[in-house]
Amino acid sequence: MYEVIIVGGGHAGCEASLACARTNHKTLLVTGNIKNIADMPCNPSIGGSAKGIVVREIDALGGEMGRNADKSLLQIKMLNSAKGPAVRALRAQADKVTYPKNMLNTLKNTSNLEIKEAIVENLIVENNTVKGIILEDGSKIESKIVILTTGTYLKSDILIGDTRTRKGPHGEKPSNHLSDKLKEYGFKIIRLKTGTPQRIEKSSIDFSKTKEEQGDDRYWTFSFDNEIYYNKNSQIPCHLIYTTEETHKIIRENLNKSSMYGGLNDIKGVGPRYCPSIEDKIVRFADKERHQLFLEPESIYYDDIYIQGFSTSMPYDIQEKMVHSLPGLEHAKINKYAYAIEYDAIDARQLKQSLETKVIKNLYTAGQINGTSGYEEAAGQGLIAGINASLKLDGKEPLILKRNEAYIGVLIDDLVTKGIIDPYRLLTSRAEYRLLLRHDNADMRLREYGYNVGLVSKKKYDKFLVKKKEINNLTEYLKNTKLTPRKEINDQLKKLGLSEIKESISLYNLVKRPEVKIEKLQIFIDIQYSLEVMEQVEINIKYEGYIKKSLAEAERMINLDNKKIPEDINYDKIHNLASEAKQKLKQIRPTSIGQALRISGVNPADISLIMIYIKKEYFYESR
Amino acid sequence: MNDTIAAISTSSGIGAISIIRVSGKDSIKITNKIFKGKDLSQVQDHSINYGYIVDKDNKIDEVLISVMRAPKTFTREDVVEINTHNGIAITNKVLELLLLNGCRLAEPGEFTKRAFLNGRIDLIEAEGVMDLINAKTEKARKIAMNEVNGEVSTLIKNLRQKLIEILANIEVNIDYPEYEDIEEMTNKNILENVENISFEINNILSKSEDMKIIKEGIKTIIIGSPNVGKSSILNRLLNEEKAIVTDIAGTTRDIVEGSIQIDGIVLNILDTAGIRKTNDIVESIGVKKSLDLINNADLILYVLNNNEIISEEEKEILKKIQNKNHIIIVNKVDLKKKIDLSILDNYIEMSIKNDTGIEDLRKKIKEIFKLEKINTSDFTYLSSARSISLLKKALISLEDVKKGIEENIPVDMVEIDLKNIWSTLGEIIGETYTDELIDQLFSQFCLGK
Repeated sequence: MYEVIIVGGGHAGCEASLACARTNHKTLLVTGNIKNIADMPCNPSIGGSAKGIVVREIDALGGEMGRNADKSLLQIKMLNSAKGPAVRALRAQADKVTYPKNMLNTLKNTSNLEIKEAIVENLIVENNTVKGIILEDGSKIESKIVILTTGTYLKSDILIGDTRTRKGPHGEKPSNHLSDKLKEYGFKIIRLKTGTPQRIEKSSIDFSKTKEEQGDDRYWTFSFDNEIYYNKNSQIPCHLIYTTEETHKIIRENLNKSSMYGGLNDIKGVGPRYCPSIEDKIVRFADKERHQLFLEPESIYYDDIYIQGFSTSMPYDIQEKMVHSLPGLEHAKINKYAYAIEYDAIDARQLKQSLETKVIKNLYTAGQINGTSGYEEAAGQGLIAGINASLKLDGKEPLILKRNEAYIGVLIDDLVTKGIIDPYRLLTSRAEYRLLLRHDNADMRLREYGYNVGLVSKKKYDKFLVKKKEINNLTEYLKNTKLTPRKEINDQLKKLGLSEIKESISLYNLVKRPEVKIEKLQIFIDIQYSLEVMEQVEINIKYEGYIKKSLAEAERMINLDNKKIPEDINYDKIHNLASEAKQKLKQIRPTSIGQALRISGVNPADISLIMIYIKKEYFYESR
Repeated sequence: MNDTIAAISTSSGIGAISIIRVSGKDSIKITNKIFKGKDLSQVQDHSINYGYIVDKDNKIDEVLISVMRAPKTFTREDVVEINTHNGIAITNKVLELLLLNGCRLAEPGEFTKRAFLNGRIDLIEAEGVMDLINAKTEKARKIAMNEVNGEVSTLIKNLRQKLIEILANIEVNIDYPEYEDIEEMTNKNILENVENISFEINNILSKSEDMKIIKEGIKTIIIGSPNVGKSSILNRLLNEEKAIVTDIAGTTRDIVEGSIQIDGIVLNILDTAGIRKTNDIVESIGVKKSLDLINNADLILYVLNNNEIISEEEKEILKKIQNKNHIIIVNKVDLKKKIDLSILDNYIEMSIKNDTGIEDLRKKIKEIFKLEKINTSDFTYLSSARSISLLKKALISLEDVKKGIEENIPVDMVEIDLKNIWSTLGEIIGETYTDELIDQLFSQFCLGK
């Protein structure tokens, strides 16, 4: 018998499987097709704004995505490098052949982990507790915990023009019954939609009409292991083009042929706002003359080019016209047509913060089944579901990351608290304390957790502790070392291109000046510190005031989050709760006052009623 | 909020009828017990019913009773309003009967509080209603009406809308850095916008300060050495100017000796340890205490005696009041002049005995508080202390934004302070953080891959 079964081998499933197996639990990964493990069915990139930071967080916690991406890079760059440190994030083009291959290798080489090809159509459930899975052929496999990471494969339909076909991405077989079964168990099933653009034969594109976009001229890695697997001088470029007047005309004239605009009249799925189809963009922003499109390489092993920004559900003939209206693509050969896909997901408000469902004990869900989109969002959830399954098997408390600790924490809290309308994508704007959730300090925030759950090795943890100590040492040194306005000191400063000092100043305060970098002050510092250490210290000093503000804000939230709501609270007994608030509170059952406040429709007045009620009923101490 | 509350909702002794309001789930049941007429539990919703209030078999008063069932009432609870004939004794008797039959006497403002807690009105409206209840003058009533009507909310909402557009622009630059066709929000753009917002907040604020005066009145103290005539000046002011009875606990914690109105503005004369009784403030309570009083007041009337030379203590007090709104009154000009006026730069001569100088005092007060200007201004400004302090908090964040921009701090950090302003303004109108920003982002920009 297995301890954990993971259903689905996408990005969530891979992380969940590895987290369970690596923490010594007998794990089975069930996937519809081994060839599609860690598949990237949509864009060929990993990272991006906010998402890049999630990859760092996954790595800090001991997950696999960062390392795997590092091994599979076509191109990598730091986004927002001209802005502040809080919003920097890595974005990479990852090879769609290499990435899955590397992941599969890792899975195969992990002890305690077995992989099986099968379609899962039901769960074994006894006393509201999951006991295993039932396959398409009726055979049963038992386990203590099941993690569902089924992605878009629940009742998925591919939509193109006026056609609807029951298929998953790549024409794979979907699961036709699992979501119905989940509904019978008491899950609320929602229908979502997303889409993907065409893939074009590289040799048929005239790149002279496009603008080349290169990777950064320096080395980057997602992983804190800092292992370089690529050559920065032979990165594969992307290319920028714009839609034309002709493109817009074709789309407008054929709008009713798009699945979403009348081609099909039974669309129930809600599509993502952040990733609209090209017809959506043209309808909603009619006065915009052109839209940006990126031509992205998918792999060095085949010649498909992905047109980022051009997803559509138009019929083939219109797609041909649309593509040929683009500069450089006049004679383009379409290898794969764009399509929209509609699929079932569950309402994530039926989950606990641990990602265990409230409906069925020992059942966890992660990834697109929870209504998110994006490889990184899926992987982050998969990792947390895996960690918490493992902790539960060991009889330990779950790992719940707070909103001020990780984007993954923001993501999960949003999902289980607010619910979703369209597929959820992480954005930096979703994080209230993003200055604390930086690319550069993911290890400072999360390494400890990763070590404690057993996913970060002693060796890596020790390396982290050394870094932490050095940060401390350097900070203290800068605080305790004063420069006096002697001539020789000012001469040295002048040589470094810095303005002179008139009175004595600590190095710490000197670093506060915008133009001063710690690296430049090396002659005044006793020990040579690593760039990483200097970066941490410098950010902490330069943005001290802003960081303090964010910490104070976070403190307020933590206080509210620490005010627990008793699990057995009966909202019907609280008089005068607004009915919308009552209904949502009953559905979501927030664990803290802080979480309750984040539910839309729950007003401060409702919160005070709840607090008064708790005080009265439970002799609750507010502080 | 389980119980049923009742209170007299018109001021006692004024007007032809008095209204007693009852709110809560048992309001109809309880009223029914003391009503002779139709069965109130059977009458139509929002109906007015004629009958008698009875105590056992005794008829107390002939009344009209409005029955309004939840939720379409002010408190969103069942509400009964009893219109009695005027007379403190009768009205009190009716209230007493209600209390005897199961109502609880409402605390001040409790109806409004219930309306707010039941989601009937938002925070600003709630404050507006409270102010309406406390409004002492017609002008204050108008301001209160405006807050109820949501004009203040509109002003704040407009500012927030401007802010959220800037915020969404910054966010979109961060989240979609590769999109070149979206305008880049730079520190320079932000600075321009911030200057505008800062100007508007200051504008609201300065008018709001005036409004505070209109609503809460001018805290005034009369101080001076023994026997300079403080009490006679006070009595003269209170007797001649139509005095307002202020037995209701006001908006301030100070004990008000009496109030007078000048051009519709209330002058609250504070009881400086009972001027009329001791008559020698400086001596009995000491310089230190009178300094506290000075610091706490909006206006100081400092009385000197024309018939005495200015003492060292008096000179000290004169120094202390220099930076406060003050009027020096040289009293008893009917007596022989012994005072050296050359050290006073500005004063009013007064004789209570000959009834001179009172008009000068009024003029001076109007001048100091620019009361004429207030008269002509419109009334769409914030008036509660809470809202004003929040606006000031927003201004501090605005200063932080400017400072950040000057120091060339990256725009995404400057945004932290911008967000603070946005949420502080939200607090004023009782709007908490929701996903507004995210929604704005998607409606304002064309995004996506």
